[in-house]
Amino acid sequence: MAAPMLRWWCLGRRWLLACIDGGSRHGRGAAIGFTSSRKRGQTSVAQQPLITSQKSRKGEHEWAAVVGLEIHAQISSNSKLFSGSRVHFAAPPNSLVSFFDASLPGTLPVLNRRCVEAAVMTGLALNCCINKKSLFDRKHYFYADLPAGYQITQQRLPIAVNGSLAYSVCVGKKPSRVITKTVRIKQIQLEQDSGKSLHDELRSQTLIDLNRAGVGLLEVVLEPDMSCGEEAATAVRELQLILQALGTSRANMAEGQLRVDANVSVHHPGEPLGVRTEVKNLNSAKFLAKAIDSEIERQIHELENGREILNETRSFDYKLGCTMPMRDKEGKQDYRFMPEPNLPPLLLYDTESLPPGADPQQVINIDWIREQLPELPSETRERLIQQYGILPEHSFALLNEVGLLEFFQNVIKETRAEPKKVTSWVLNIFLGFLKQQNLAVNESPVTPSALAELLNLLDRKAISSTAAKQVFEELWRSEGKTPSQIVSEKQLELMQDQEALEQACHTVMEGHPQVVMDVKRGNPRAINKLIGLVRKATLSRADPTAIKEILERKLSP
Amino acid sequence: MLGRTLREVSAALKQGQITPTELCQKCLSLIKKTKFLNAYITVSEEVALKQAEESEKRYKKGRSLGDLDGIPIAVKDNFSTSGIETTCASNMLKGYVPPYNATVVQKLLDQGAVLMGKTNLDEFAMGSGSTDGAFGPVKNPWSYSKQYREKRKQKPHGENEDSDWLITGGSSGGSAAAVAAFTCFAALGSDTGGSTRNPAAHCGVVGFKPSYGLVSRHGLIPLVNSMDVPGILTRCVDDAAIVLGMLAGHDPKDSTTIQDPVKPFTLPTLTDVSELCIGIPKEYLAPELSCEVRSFWSKAANLFESEGAKVIEVSLPHTSYSIVCYHVLCTSEVASNMARFDGLEYGHRCDINVSTEAMYAATRREGFNDVVRGRILAGNFFLLKENYENYFIKAQKVRRLIANDFVKVFNSGVDVLLTPTTLQEAAPYLEFIKEDNRTRSAQDDIFTQAVNMAGLPAVSVPVALSNQGLPIGLQFIGRAFCDQQLLKIAKWFEKQVQFPVIQLQELMNDGSSVSEIEKLASVSLKH
Repeated sequence: MAAPMLRWWCLGRRWLLACIDGGSRHGRGAAIGFTSSRKRGQTSVAQQPLITSQKSRKGEHEWAAVVGLEIHAQISSNSKLFSGSRVHFAAPPNSLVSFFDASLPGTLPVLNRRCVEAAVMTGLALNCCINKKSLFDRKHYFYADLPAGYQITQQRLPIAVNGSLAYSVCVGKKPSRVITKTVRIKQIQLEQDSGKSLHDELRSQTLIDLNRAGVGLLEVVLEPDMSCGEEAATAVRELQLILQALGTSRANMAEGQLRVDANVSVHHPGEPLGVRTEVKNLNSAKFLAKAIDSEIERQIHELENGREILNETRSFDYKLGCTMPMRDKEGKQDYRFMPEPNLPPLLLYDTESLPPGADPQQVINIDWIREQLPELPSETRERLIQQYGILPEHSFALLNEVGLLEFFQNVIKETRAEPKKVTSWVLNIFLGFLKQQNLAVNESPVTPSALAELLNLLDRKAISSTAAKQVFEELWRSEGKTPSQIVSEKQLELMQDQEALEQACHTVMEGHPQVVMDVKRGNPRAINKLIGLVRKATLSRADPTAIKEILERKLSP
Repeated sequence: MLGRTLREVSAALKQGQITPTELCQKCLSLIKKTKFLNAYITVSEEVALKQAEESEKRYKKGRSLGDLDGIPIAVKDNFSTSGIETTCASNMLKGYVPPYNATVVQKLLDQGAVLMGKTNLDEFAMGSGSTDGAFGPVKNPWSYSKQYREKRKQKPHGENEDSDWLITGGSSGGSAAAVAAFTCFAALGSDTGGSTRNPAAHCGVVGFKPSYGLVSRHGLIPLVNSMDVPGILTRCVDDAAIVLGMLAGHDPKDSTTIQDPVKPFTLPTLTDVSELCIGIPKEYLAPELSCEVRSFWSKAANLFESEGAKVIEVSLPHTSYSIVCYHVLCTSEVASNMARFDGLEYGHRCDINVSTEAMYAATRREGFNDVVRGRILAGNFFLLKENYENYFIKAQKVRRLIANDFVKVFNSGVDVLLTPTTLQEAAPYLEFIKEDNRTRSAQDDIFTQAVNMAGLPAVSVPVALSNQGLPIGLQFIGRAFCDQQLLKIAKWFEKQVQFPVIQLQELMNDGSSVSEIEKLASVSLKH
């Protein structure tokens, strides 16, 4: 499908077939290439210090910032919210479009049960009150990738309200303190996603892809309880982990499955809230924090220079590192909300209110869904700390990477090594290798079993930790080999022959009388030199502790 | 043969008195002869002949699909028909060929019905005359009937006879005319404020509006989603019941249809009405009501009373607010439903390509007529944030009051309400177009549209001919989902009044069937 170029498309972007997300409306995601290139291209992270009192002049009060978020999470389901079309990322354009999605006249919405269940489950995980009756509304605006001219959403009576999201921020450097904060959740509503517009500058055309049109979204509205970019980014991250743990959304920001709009204002503490702006389409956690902080700074700067903040919609220019007003929202939109007449009220039940003899296929029981709730990230972290005695920040680190926790737990299952040792290997060496090569956990060439075996070798002192690192590198390079194979091929096992080791120590002592003298004179460092020499002589195959023991015995008067 | 009812012709098919192909050809030839009525926008001749051929094969094998197998039907052109152009009588949808069948169309085809074509209407069903469509007005077959012509001759009139034709009423005027002119045995209409019952009354056929939610709207291009229902137009009540039996029931594609299964049924014959309570709503005695209609209405009430039924005056106190309430709700939904017609995915698209917005504006200006554009404008006004409470919410509250009026009356023991369907008989076109669409719709829907607000079943039954020789219909309104009981009572009434059959000798050139018709003609409710 092609339409003439949208008039407001003149944001001065340079690329030829630029993907511009729908901007001002309901959290449209940027198209793929755009987002991911942003993500990869920019490495510096804006972890700016908490808010306020930026260079406040003498005699002026501090500033406080207030941040609220609207988050759109694409529901992970096989089919769309109101039609049977499949949901699939990056399918050929317009290949997943039913008659309803293309808004052919006479078609009607039919609510997808899976999407309702996902909304209920998410609501429960976020401590929401689930409304046993919720309603659907039409929100009208003309846009090329909104075929019906309206979006079906839940404006008046959403499916879940009054929840909360706890997230933790680390404060200070080692030892860091973990502080838990809570943001209130105003509501969660079910709504349709829009299609995507691709603007072809050369031909002055807009191309429309309706694959995404009608995909189910959860709009999660976070109250303005946050005060800086980092808090917002951390809250979003926690929400992302929760959604992924629930399986209700894949919540991949790069694929547009999680999209964030932020409402930002600043004021003097104790005074009324300031005028807010809305920063749209924040599609990676990094830019989310940076965009919010730069908007806070901008507002403070404006106000300190005697200017006013306009209630406007802005977008974040990641190249310039600041927010810019969006041009397509000049006039005030009146969405002309109206009840969706083709969908009866959505009724949910609990075990108490369930009508007797109700067909389980026809009703949704909130209590059944509550029973199916999996372990949530906060509970997982708590369990890790209790079960393995690891540090709180390590528990965060283990959850922060997709699949890392599972990897860790699989290693733990198969190894005798201490959990702390495992944690250290997984978070430092394993994760380090992944990051270096920009790989996901499931792309790792080293399996949990291989690492477990390696840690077992280390644990029973069959190899030194230096050798272990060497084995790990080898494992990373040559898939298919077991750690034991590598150890024996490379002859990395520790010398178990006590006599040979004694002989080696003896030879070294003979060859370095000066160092021996130093030891005897009481230089505590000199013995390390001897240990090093013995290790070198044994091609690093000797256990330094054992060497030290022998040397000390031989050197003792 | 064409003058028979659906049930009669179905029997004839089963007995082999006629084959589906012969029947189809007869209808096609009559459609051609009556082309000037403008009842059809599209005649699906090829499809019809093919369907008839297949039906014939089934009959030969003794595997007929049932009462509808081989029966020529017509469908209002606001129902999606797969592979057959569906225009809503609008430039916006000229050339639009849906890729799917409306559920009701599919159900008819599954029963072996033969689709003759798509019938004319007011653009997007907005109107009460079938005069405001992009394909021109529909002419009422009664304009050419012997009954009407003879009466006209008695009166001196200087006007040109050609421009002297009558409107069908609307918006399902094409379907009503198609059934009245014997070009098919049943037709689908749609009914949002009276669009099936109004033309049925003007064309002397039965027009049935089922309970909201009993029949699927999937594929019906909406006017007002919360009031639209597919309507059924036939030549007798029994036929409407047969078609309803085929269409009723849950549709997974329409979430507003009832969950309970509906079984096909045969309408029993009511012999005794003494147990019935008939309500006569006093608010329906409108000053604009013609004396003739009023007189037939009271005669009908007397008829029930004389047969032992209890006939009581009842009150529906909020009736007078119905029109204005309907106006707000209808235009609001219209504004919303019409938003999809932007020229992008289907339908008309203008040549302007300066910008998407300019393209939208020009496409919609070219595609919609003044009536549609006017309603879109009004509806958007009512939906504005600042107006929503004052108009839309209030109208919804009034709608609830109107619906409650009916609930109260039925709870008081009334079985059906008896009312006029229209203020008077069909008006001549030239007279009709003197008023604008809005005024006319407001007047013409007065007796029919509160029913849609309440989602109740209602049926217009032709009663008798006026002094001018034109049909007059009366309406029965039933309790929600008591459609069968309503039709049962309507069937009894129909039998009592013996409405005369239209005499269209000039059109039909089929002496045998006309003489058959004449045999039936008698009027029991004489002036």
